[in-house]
Amino acid sequence: MKDFRVTPIRNGTVIDHIDCGQALKVLRIIGITDSVRSTVSVLLHVPSKKDGWKDVIKVEDRELDTKEVDKISLIAPKATINIIRDFNVAEKFNVKLPDVAKGIVRCGNPNCITNMDEPVETEFIVESKDPIVLRCLYCDRIQEDVADRVV
Amino acid sequence: MSFKGADVVSIRDLSREQIEQVMDLAEKLVPYATGEKSTRAMEGKILGNLFFEPSTRTRLSFESAMVRLGGRFIEIAQPQSSSVVKGETLADTVRMVEGYADAIVLRHPHEGAARLAAKYCSKPVINAGDGAGQHPTQTILDLFTIRQQAKGIADKNVVLVGDLKYGRTAHSLAEALGMFGANLTFVAPPLLQMPKETIKHLEKSGITPRLSSSLAEVISDADVLYVTRIQRERFPDPSEYIKVAGSYRVDNSLLRETKKDLVIMHPLPRVDEIAPEVDHTDNAKYFHQAFNGVPVRMALIMLVLGGEL
Repeated sequence: MKDFRVTPIRNGTVIDHIDCGQALKVLRIIGITDSVRSTVSVLLHVPSKKDGWKDVIKVEDRELDTKEVDKISLIAPKATINIIRDFNVAEKFNVKLPDVAKGIVRCGNPNCITNMDEPVETEFIVESKDPIVLRCLYCDRIQEDVADRVV
Repeated sequence: MSFKGADVVSIRDLSREQIEQVMDLAEKLVPYATGEKSTRAMEGKILGNLFFEPSTRTRLSFESAMVRLGGRFIEIAQPQSSSVVKGETLADTVRMVEGYADAIVLRHPHEGAARLAAKYCSKPVINAGDGAGQHPTQTILDLFTIRQQAKGIADKNVVLVGDLKYGRTAHSLAEALGMFGANLTFVAPPLLQMPKETIKHLEKSGITPRLSSSLAEVISDADVLYVTRIQRERFPDPSEYIKVAGSYRVDNSLLRETKKDLVIMHPLPRVDEIAPEVDHTDNAKYFHQAFNGVPVRMALIMLVLGGEL
């Protein structure tokens, strides 16, 4: 029996070291829905050499852009991104939470001006990276449950 | 640092030195604010007052401030009669008004509105209150009143009482008083006590506020008593409201327990948290505090527009 459960991919992205239990949220924020035309493999709760258990996502024929990587950093700050080209890892990097999170989260304050119909991108000051604490640049509100409001 | 062209959005954007600069100028402007002296410092300048929410003191004192400086103002005082009802965004409104005015004063029901306006508008924007958010000119006039009436801020015992959880003036004032080295006491029923976030912010700058739910317990060594209104709608049970509100009522019998020169302040409007009998004592400074809105706002207008007396 082979020792891997999912076969290697030819081209695409492997998101590794996702915090255990967060893979389905990651799928949502990178826009993986029924309409994708390539194969997506999701591994939940697999052993990790680094820290206990992890989730892994493999998306074929797709490379993530910076904004998508920023979004992943909000819910899986330890994730690594592997860009695969012709079965080889062409690029590998860790997600990194930016100092200012722009346009990737909705403000949790329903009365914040950014939740009205204004032509403005949300902006959050990252006050702490571990645990993740964001403060809205507009209404000053400290954000809770950020993962649910990634746009 | 020069204020000219700057926005005044949040008290947190200002350093202690800048706040002092505003207060020093406000002090010089007092005789101009009373009408005793006159100036044309802002002659030819136009202030655009955009009030998207009802306001009495803030709007009138900004208007009075600009007129006392020899300038003029244009205003939207009833948003229902403006293009906002046609669905215009705030971003568009401020870019339109900046063509008609030299600076914009904004009161808005949504938090963060002033920051947004400042982003879109190339002229200075002064935040006159955004929803439950910031109201920096109120904070500065409160500090100014304490400095003037209690003869200083550092090491003074300042007691904030009332709805400290939802009252927007209380949070910014507490942070600013902390920056100036006052000793802080927060008196409120546990449900309406100062938010943890504000307390943490104070502790970070080395201030440990005293928390209490009893005014009588802490009043004897207070130099300043800052009273805010407890709103009836915060209490699901009206009888609970009456009980709580009654226990924080300031009247002459409470004053018997206090320092003789205690300064009593209130951002107004008050309902019944300060008994009318207190108005006749030398301790009552809340109407003077409301007047101080004029010299403080005159100072801010002059600083952001750059003018001389």
